[in-house]
Amino acid sequence: MAEYKWPDADKRTFIGKRISRIDGPQKVSGRAKYSSDVNRPGMLFGKIVRSPHAHAKVKSIDTSAIEKWPGVKAIHVIAEPGTELYWAGASVVALAAVDEPTAEDAMQAVKVEYEVLPHLVIDTDTKSAGEFAKQATENKTGDPDKGFSEAEVTIEGNYGLPMITHCCLEPHGSVMEWDGDNVVAHLSTQAVSGSVALIARPLEIPATSVRVQQDHIGGGFGSKFGPDEWDITAARLSKKAGGKPVKMFNPRDAELMVAGARPSDYARVKIGLKKDGTITAWESQSWGTGGIGGGGSPPIPYIFNVPNQRKQHTNIVNHVGSARAWRAPNHPQAAAITMTALEDAAAALNMDPYDFFLKNIELTGQRAQIYSDELKIAADLIDWKKDWHSRGDKTPGHMKRGLGLSIHTWGGLGHASDCDLTIQPDGSVELKMGTQDLGTGTRTALDIIVADTLGIPMNAVKISIGDSRFPTSGGSGGSTTIGGISASSRRASLDALDQIFAKAAPALDAKPEDLEAVSGTIRVKSNPSKSLTWAQACSKLGATPLTVRGKNPGPGSLTNQGVGGAQMADVSVDIETGIVRINKIVAVQDCGLIIDLKTAESQVYGALIMGVCYALYEEKIMDAKTGRMLNPNMEFYKLAGIGDIGELKVHMMTGKGYDERGVIGLGEPPVVSPGAVISNAVANAIGVRVPYLPLTPDRVLEALEKKGGNNARI
Amino acid sequence: MQDDDKMNEKGSGLSRRTFLKVSGISLSVPLVMGHRVIKVSGAEVKVFGPGKVPIQLTINGKNLSAQVEPRVTLLDALRNELDLTGAKRVCDRATCGSCTVIIDGKAVYACAVLAIEAQGKSITTVEGLMQGENLHPVQQAFIDNDAQQCGFCTPGFVVACKAFLDKNPNPTPEQVKKGLGGNLCRCGTYMGVRAAVAQAAQKGGRRNG
Repeated sequence: MAEYKWPDADKRTFIGKRISRIDGPQKVSGRAKYSSDVNRPGMLFGKIVRSPHAHAKVKSIDTSAIEKWPGVKAIHVIAEPGTELYWAGASVVALAAVDEPTAEDAMQAVKVEYEVLPHLVIDTDTKSAGEFAKQATENKTGDPDKGFSEAEVTIEGNYGLPMITHCCLEPHGSVMEWDGDNVVAHLSTQAVSGSVALIARPLEIPATSVRVQQDHIGGGFGSKFGPDEWDITAARLSKKAGGKPVKMFNPRDAELMVAGARPSDYARVKIGLKKDGTITAWESQSWGTGGIGGGGSPPIPYIFNVPNQRKQHTNIVNHVGSARAWRAPNHPQAAAITMTALEDAAAALNMDPYDFFLKNIELTGQRAQIYSDELKIAADLIDWKKDWHSRGDKTPGHMKRGLGLSIHTWGGLGHASDCDLTIQPDGSVELKMGTQDLGTGTRTALDIIVADTLGIPMNAVKISIGDSRFPTSGGSGGSTTIGGISASSRRASLDALDQIFAKAAPALDAKPEDLEAVSGTIRVKSNPSKSLTWAQACSKLGATPLTVRGKNPGPGSLTNQGVGGAQMADVSVDIETGIVRINKIVAVQDCGLIIDLKTAESQVYGALIMGVCYALYEEKIMDAKTGRMLNPNMEFYKLAGIGDIGELKVHMMTGKGYDERGVIGLGEPPVVSPGAVISNAVANAIGVRVPYLPLTPDRVLEALEKKGGNNARI
Repeated sequence: MQDDDKMNEKGSGLSRRTFLKVSGISLSVPLVMGHRVIKVSGAEVKVFGPGKVPIQLTINGKNLSAQVEPRVTLLDALRNELDLTGAKRVCDRATCGSCTVIIDGKAVYACAVLAIEAQGKSITTVEGLMQGENLHPVQQAFIDNDAQQCGFCTPGFVVACKAFLDKNPNPTPEQVKKGLGGNLCRCGTYMGVRAAVAQAAQKGGRRNG
């Protein structure tokens, strides 16, 4: 019976090393097929007519003009007359045509009449939201009145960040093929196994008739736990068109309008302090939106459990494309409000925020020591003690430099995961799992674990994922994938190895428990010269391959949850133009046992860059009058480019004290702090707080002009 | 063309993009049959379409044929007619670089070029960078430095890097930041791309042509 644990550091061949991703050659050569790359014989192109109004009722739909077009093969009304639509870009009518130009022309020829209804798309204050603002009951901890009466210094400030979108480079969508009684869905999804039932239900077919396939996905970030209504529609069009496959992917404008958003959050914060830096009380009135379903509820104050709190949150329900999970839901908002307010508190006390954070670090609870260790490493990496100055860079000239910091946390426990590991009598090995690789390196991690456990080269293992016919594995969200898939594949590999040992033992004149798998051999631990090659050992299976099911959860302690991270930023601000430039950002992050150091670091680098995007550039700009998004394109919905990110440094907390915890997810945590660290660095540079992200030049200049951001517009 | 007339009547803003897609006007396009000649500002120009016209493209050294409407972009012709899906459609309006191809030695956004205009030119797509099963040094450098996550921007980035290094064999970091500023990545792989460019430059990104 195998002991279900990770190998000790000196026994690891691949685990924890810097391994290049195994699907790299496919990706760099253009051979990697994404769902939107799938071309099928006779394939039609689907398009959707969308509402131009933020709030409307469909009065009538006239598709007669295109019904006789030879190139139009199917029409499907999504929103029947009478249907209320809650955001601009809502789907009304879909059609499928022989090619894209025909489909685009056909869209123009569909006539839809709307009854336009009043809308709200602005979320900058709760008063003007009127009936759309839903105030929650006040939330009280400790004795806030006492906390503020004991305070020697009280600060107040405004903070917040707007709705942003996911902007996956591969838009949402699918190629749907209604083949006889079966539906094959080439879906762009973060949940291959989990999409089957969700496709079957609205189509009223058995889930056993649905197959989801996806080799690669071009970004999800929380927005692709589909299928979406347009995917179901594509299947319906395929059925109406006699089973011809239908490709339906969002054009970029629809993608940015309707296919996901991160809720906004704003807050007026008051903090009570002792002059020595002790935090005595927190008070906040916060609000935000995530569209018609409302927004999130960011946990403020974030991480620092201030003893006395009074909080009230207002949810604005409005007519913007609905929110979806966005990498580390609620945490970036909570950090951008809390860590900035705390930095303002330190500035009011004329304390170094590094000292102020450490002074209060016990308020962070069980991870206080990890945060302290990480802050110290980050400070060394960015020369904090040398380069930090009190608020406002006093050096002459228009370029002002500043430093900022923040800390963050996340859970990251592994999700449920099944896999089948098959070992053939010729020694070839295949792992099948209904998971997906979001670019995090899931394929590579599986290969590392199986090869390391079986003592064979990585290229001797075939990794098969991205098909719902493989054993069920969880959706990739909330940093739950690596914990789930590493545990199930490790268990399967250990169980399979046990059986190989049992088959090989007689030939080696040893007991199974005395064998080990090392460097492509099965050998006797006490006498390594007594060995079989891997292939020889597997030949003892006879003619029958061995298949072992691995599961998570399962026996042994292979995964864990709860991580801490610290980040610091060094920025320069031109106070004449208001332009913020990143000089450097450092990230110090723990995530338990690291499977692949190379791809783990890549995720942290990527999170920092995504953080620069939402700190400096990203905003879903809504027009109050028309209710439409003004920047549903990539010229004006801005992302950082290769020259905008400064120098980035990632330090992973690994080795003793971390490895023993087991595997913990990493995707979310490092994206939490960048908004806060950059905002704090800008405040340190220019001497005043720019209250709201993104830190665009106009916001920076306004904060400078008003000598502080408390009166600035959102 | 009827579409054009309708647009003009309305006087509504004919976007650059729409214009590109509906106009199909080209001054010098060889090998295409069935055009009309009209006068625009006193000059004679050939007008193709609006129906499908035969085109021939020279892609990765091969001559490939397709039938497309004149408004179809090179990107859509590659992806939808020729099953060359390495170039990706992301912004579809010349912002993000995910569809970058090389035309006559120059990095070009394939979403901003009409397929009929690309005739008679030498087009290299990401599929044409490998020699047999051997990766181009830029491709190998992208793997070695993990300059990819989801990989959707990667083909465009690889092609852009190849074209960039052909012109700047030993770029400074500042040149890299400017020269590759036309390719956007959402996962955040720029650190890897910088390292990949440095590696490929040292090993000779030009080596394979």
